[in-house]
Amino acid sequence: MNHLPLAAFPVNLLWYALPLVVAVSLVYAATRHEDMAPILAHAFRVGVWIVGFMAVVFVIVVAMLWWVSD
Amino acid sequence: MNKVAVNPQSQDTIPLKDPVLAAFLAWLVPGLGHLYQGRTAKAVLFFVCLMGTFLYGCYLGSGDAEHKVGCARVVYFQWDDDDIRFSYFGQVGIGLPALPALVQAFRARHGKEPLFGGLMAPPRPVSATGPAHGEDLAWKALADQPTLDDLHYQLRGYFELGTVYTLIAGLLNVLAIYDAWGGPVFTQAKREDEDQQSRKKEGKEKPR
Repeated sequence: MNHLPLAAFPVNLLWYALPLVVAVSLVYAATRHEDMAPILAHAFRVGVWIVGFMAVVFVIVVAMLWWVSD
Repeated sequence: MNKVAVNPQSQDTIPLKDPVLAAFLAWLVPGLGHLYQGRTAKAVLFFVCLMGTFLYGCYLGSGDAEHKVGCARVVYFQWDDDDIRFSYFGQVGIGLPALPALVQAFRARHGKEPLFGGLMAPPRPVSATGPAHGEDLAWKALADQPTLDDLHYQLRGYFELGTVYTLIAGLLNVLAIYDAWGGPVFTQAKREDEDQQSRKKEGKEKPR
């Protein structure tokens, strides 16, 4: 099994997603509530959902890379 | 025209004042529409999140001392055969902070050099066939600017990252504009439910 594609993937670039996830979660939640407490709670749930979705896509893409590079 | 919405959690009323003016202000500067409505906490949240995202994208799309390409080169407006900048239509959702790009594009089209060291100026057009009819002025005005290839080469992946950040900031502000215009989405849904229920009641109470 060739691990080169994963090794070549610039994993550090993923950190650039973090501020975007925070901003998207907060703004999205803020358009659905008026008070700060429900906004923060909703933003946390949205953030977890986005990160989970990204993780699933990440695993699928890595699996496909391994499959293609075999 | 003073409108109000109802907070479904606390049943408090939310002052929307003039929704159209609030929406325009929310587009002009993120959070300004909410500030006008007296919704200060959300105004601060929108301003910090959206302006922070947009400015960080501009920072990623700027050159440093080594790569002198100018500031915020990921936000520009260009519409010609070789480069149609569709991203700008999303970026301009942030309002005033993205408008210098329109000024720079307008100046270039009229043969004037970009201001502020090329801040948000369109890149120098490149075409194997040379400038199209009527584009000579823009080519001369942008002669000192980097080409789009130069920007990609100098900024590497940060050109795309900066574009994504600024684009998402602009698109997210559309949500904030809607919030300034009509209040939180849950409030709207609840209000429609209440309207439907009241209509049903009225229908039942009609004399036969």
